[in-house]
Amino acid sequence: MSEVMLKTENLGISFGGLKAAQNVNITINKKDLYGLIGPNGAGKTTVFNLLTGVYQPTTGKFFLDGENLTGKKQESINRKGIARTFQNIRLFNNMTVISNVMVGLHNDPKYKSTPFTSMLRLPAHFAAEKKMRDRAKELLDIFGLMEERNTLACNLPYGKQRKLEIARALATNPKLLLLDEPAAGMNPNETAELMDTIRFINKEFDMTILLIEHDMKLVAGICEKLTVLNFGQVLAQGNTSEVLNDPAVITAYLGEDD
Amino acid sequence: MITLIDGLSLGSIYALIALGYTMVYGIAKMLNFAHGDVIMVGAYAIMVTLSCSLSPVVAIIVSVVLCTLLGMIIEKLAYRPLRGASPLAVLITAIGVSYFLQGLAQIIFGAESKPVGSSWKLPAIPALNKHGITTAALVTLICGIIIMVVLTLFIKCTKTGSAMLAVSEDRGAATLMGVNVNKIITITFAIGSALAAFAGMFYLLQIPNAEPMLGAMPGITAFTAAVIGGIGSIPGAMVGGILLGVVEKFCLASPLSSYTVAVKFSLLIIILLVKPTGLLGKVSREKV
Amino acid sequence: MKNNKKTTNIKFKDYVNYVLIGALLLYGLVLLLTGGLRLSTAQLLVQMGYSIILAVSLNLVVGFLGELSLGHAGFMCVGAYVGGFCAVFLKQAMPEMKLIILIISMLIGGIVAAVFGFIIGLPSLRLKGDYLAIVTLAFGEIVRNVFMNQQAFGGARGLTTGSIIYDTRRSPTLFIAVFVVVLIMIFVIQNLVKSKHGRAITAIRDNEIAAKAMGINVTFYKLFVFIIAAFFAGCAGVIYSHTTTPVLYSFFSYNKSIEILVMVVLGGMGNLTGSIIASVFIAYVNFILQNQLSGPLASLRMLVYAIILIVVVIFGNAPALKNFREKYSISAFFSRFKKKDAANRKDDEAKWHRVPTKIKMDAILSTDLNPNSDMSIHGDLGNNDGKGGDK
Repeated sequence: MSEVMLKTENLGISFGGLKAAQNVNITINKKDLYGLIGPNGAGKTTVFNLLTGVYQPTTGKFFLDGENLTGKKQESINRKGIARTFQNIRLFNNMTVISNVMVGLHNDPKYKSTPFTSMLRLPAHFAAEKKMRDRAKELLDIFGLMEERNTLACNLPYGKQRKLEIARALATNPKLLLLDEPAAGMNPNETAELMDTIRFINKEFDMTILLIEHDMKLVAGICEKLTVLNFGQVLAQGNTSEVLNDPAVITAYLGEDD
Repeated sequence: MITLIDGLSLGSIYALIALGYTMVYGIAKMLNFAHGDVIMVGAYAIMVTLSCSLSPVVAIIVSVVLCTLLGMIIEKLAYRPLRGASPLAVLITAIGVSYFLQGLAQIIFGAESKPVGSSWKLPAIPALNKHGITTAALVTLICGIIIMVVLTLFIKCTKTGSAMLAVSEDRGAATLMGVNVNKIITITFAIGSALAAFAGMFYLLQIPNAEPMLGAMPGITAFTAAVIGGIGSIPGAMVGGILLGVVEKFCLASPLSSYTVAVKFSLLIIILLVKPTGLLGKVSREKV
Repeated sequence: MKNNKKTTNIKFKDYVNYVLIGALLLYGLVLLLTGGLRLSTAQLLVQMGYSIILAVSLNLVVGFLGELSLGHAGFMCVGAYVGGFCAVFLKQAMPEMKLIILIISMLIGGIVAAVFGFIIGLPSLRLKGDYLAIVTLAFGEIVRNVFMNQQAFGGARGLTTGSIIYDTRRSPTLFIAVFVVVLIMIFVIQNLVKSKHGRAITAIRDNEIAAKAMGINVTFYKLFVFIIAAFFAGCAGVIYSHTTTPVLYSFFSYNKSIEILVMVVLGGMGNLTGSIIASVFIAYVNFILQNQLSGPLASLRMLVYAIILIVVVIFGNAPALKNFREKYSISAFFSRFKKKDAANRKDDEAKWHRVPTKIKMDAILSTDLNPNSDMSIHGDLGNNDGKGGDK
């Protein structure tokens, strides 16, 4: 049951002299809902950027499902099975909601159509378009965005933009989903709603999820395991309840108590 | 040696224009494509003033004042409504303004080039001219250096100067600290346009004819210079301008003279490919 | 029933471009067959043809890929010189086969331009926005400067193409050929834009980082767009070389690139039909101002372009005018007729509120943290509205 999905070995990066992340060792099993927490500037998003190829690590390696993805480009990492959302939402703002999801489906071999078949409107083009549209509708239906499918992404309310971003990431059919502060800027109701959504994805899609979050209620409520980062290094790791009661973690969050 | 001095003097003209581009870019985060045409307006201002048989000193004042006002008006009418819009929209508007000024000059003065008047000339200095160095080149070089030094001091030592730096670093933070961003941007346009007026004067010393397209080529070249130096960087604009001026003059003196344009622009492409932010530009990475 | 209506709408949109081009072609052919085609009108129609090609292909770069290119005339220049040279050469070898010469030279001119498109696409992988704009501008100037110095291409006097010029008044060959090329181009580009590849291209425009994170091969698509656009601009150049002699480097200046950009901006970035209409309009304005108003008024053209550019961009983009635009834009005008539709949709929406989503059906693990979760999914999320809209 507990096969390893993601494994990082001494992953690290330094910008000039600043070590934004070093010796990060995380092991995530398949179907885990894993949390990455830490104070501001602890290097959480940096770890995401390393795992998605935005930055290339200066030290260490990482493996997805046993395959070494270190040094690969962003687009090939995504094709190998890591999809992400962004802290500051990055939708394709001037495209419709359904088009956003269809961009996520772009590389799926089920919808293959070369630029030339598309340009000449060969049958493969129509087949691919239809299948993509149907699949995108399925995904939108799951996220309750069906009704807005033809509005522009930038006109969606904030909470739905977050959902759309997750839907788009899922469309790339990943093995591992990275969520970067999915609850940022949400009110308690929306956060609760989001927790359901994340659990749902985890259960129904058998999705392995790694998420960064500041909202401790959310983390405590849905994550089974946690890694705490501080100053770019792993401070604590393990089951959620144990980690959250670790004195070192409490100190890191609240400061020394002199 | 003569080529070098000619190149340096042409380079300081480019540097003056490039400073206008780079300051506006640093502070308003936009490429003021119409900047080159402000030079042209300055040149026409000199021509008209001289043709009213006024002295060159009056002509200089008229030209600088007119260009400064023009810069402020352009900013107010064309660019301010677009603050916060996409950079592409602003750039296209700037191109429109450039076209507008050129078209207007064509309608008023005609498309052909007009001599600027015989009083726009510097006295000969026999000791130098004997060696082939023109007075115009020397005056341009010296004045150019003086203006650049003054500008650097202005930015380093005055309150307005540091406010400009603050706005270029972080507009939001500067606003919070009580800097009036609109005012600073207007001042930047005013200074940039005044520099363009000076560049126009020096340009007329070398080629004493005014025409509607006068600003286009120096404008584009100086723009290139600003980009080569790293747009937004003031020392970068000076370095880039002088580099391009020297390259151009040496190129014209070599067998490659008919390829000068190609050489200049190839230099730009090569430098940008090696260093995408220009020679002295800061690396700004989009935060993910 | 609502669905049916929607499909017919989309269908019309699909064909409106062909209808426009067809109308132009028909107009020319009718005049030609009735013998009423004047040389100037024929020239105008051909000019409209290659203007459409230039504008639509530039729109692919500026409107869909979102990269400002100020060197489109450079590709046209390459096409005109190379295609023209090739046609003149072939004309000596086989003087009778005019149409074949036209096709071959068009392909060669287009392909050579496409190679240049590939070369200019390379910096676009490293450079963004303003920097790329200046590089494309530099490219256009370099191309011009180099051709000016090639004695084989006529040097400073330009490439003489007298032997391949068509008399458009009598022979419909060039005329039809131009519009066939236009139709092919519109077919190809419209299909591309509406396919998954078009979506990938617009995704890169909207957010390059997110596009990469979605596995879009940004390198491929950027180069692809530049190559396609350059190919068609090259074809436009070849057509130009069959109508004008000599082909002179000064025609392809940076001002020509701006003129094409004006067409794109005026027609609306990312709007192919707009580009077609705008380029026909501008070609017509050019024609009138050039032929009928000589002298100082000809320079009025420049002023007119400038004002169009500034006014269109400020009205289309100024943040302060957002409300104004939403009230008075063309789409708002049309949506007034669709009020009934909107009412229907409201109704659907209301129904939708009552239908629990799958997520909530599956909310097995939902805890006491969200007592109002039934409301929250469609509740007022407007507090943070717009926050995600900023870049």
